[in-house]
Amino acid sequence: MAGMSSLSAAQRFHAYANPARFMALSARLVAPLGVLTALLIAAGLWFALVASPPDYQQGETVRIMYVHVPSAWLALFGYSVMAVASAVALIFRHPLADVAAKSAAPIGAAFTFLALVTGSLWGRPMWGTWWEWGDARLVSMLILLFLYLGYMALWATIEEPVRAARAAAVLALVGSVNLPIIRYSVDWWNTLHQPASVFRMDGPTIASSMLLPLGLMALGFTVLFVTLLLVRMRAEIMRRRVRKLRLARAASGAEA
Amino acid sequence: MTEFLHMGGYAAFVWPAYGLTVLVIAGLVWQSIADYRAQTALARKLEELSGGRVRRAASSERDGEAQ
Repeated sequence: MAGMSSLSAAQRFHAYANPARFMALSARLVAPLGVLTALLIAAGLWFALVASPPDYQQGETVRIMYVHVPSAWLALFGYSVMAVASAVALIFRHPLADVAAKSAAPIGAAFTFLALVTGSLWGRPMWGTWWEWGDARLVSMLILLFLYLGYMALWATIEEPVRAARAAAVLALVGSVNLPIIRYSVDWWNTLHQPASVFRMDGPTIASSMLLPLGLMALGFTVLFVTLLLVRMRAEIMRRRVRKLRLARAASGAEA
Repeated sequence: MTEFLHMGGYAAFVWPAYGLTVLVIAGLVWQSIADYRAQTALARKLEELSGGRVRRAASSERDGEAQ
């Protein structure tokens, strides 16, 4: 902190202005986004559990789809955010990019976990099995969970943020080869998991009465992701401020 | 209501799926907010302890915000 005044204006902009502006902007966004999340998920749950029909083949188990599919989408979306932010951090050294990447990981990991467990709970009554090692979609999603956990472990083990950010970013980018494998696993290896029925070249093939709760839940989960990402980024920026203040105090000889 | 809870015989699969989803999301929301509050409180405390010098740095940071 003592060297603050000797920094050039440009350096100060790079080091502080972006996070400061982010803090001001995100402070105004978190509450309205939280309310929007609650409204979307409340409406989504109503249609998912009450105001939508059972499936003619799957009966009431089809309702698991409304939490399973949005969780799986967010699992992939979270990793994409993490990978893109990691690339931006490596290439442009943008001060917020590695904060964003680090903050996205636990959210994406939670959604990956939910996609796996709700999928298992759906698979048992419909496929007759909780898990199938031969199914590429299932196994590639499990690998995604391990990538998230490995990424978080790397951040946790390397003490110095700049070094941790670089190592974690490389892992995130290497692991992103898993994303197209997950996406196309159901087409390349035709096994238990059904192929896509919403994002298809020829349009969705599921009934509109089911598309509505699915859409509401997916939108609700997405806004939830953004809200949580902002809160976690704010926490991470504060954590780095705490670290800097502690280092400054240690340097000036005061007991922390 | 009983019929609703029965879920056509699949209650043992549908309800745990929803219950777990709610639990995991609620836990994540709680942990994210608690972490933010803890870090903010800690930063405030350290800024107060460090006195004027750091406060000057913090205010130049706020200047950046206004740009």
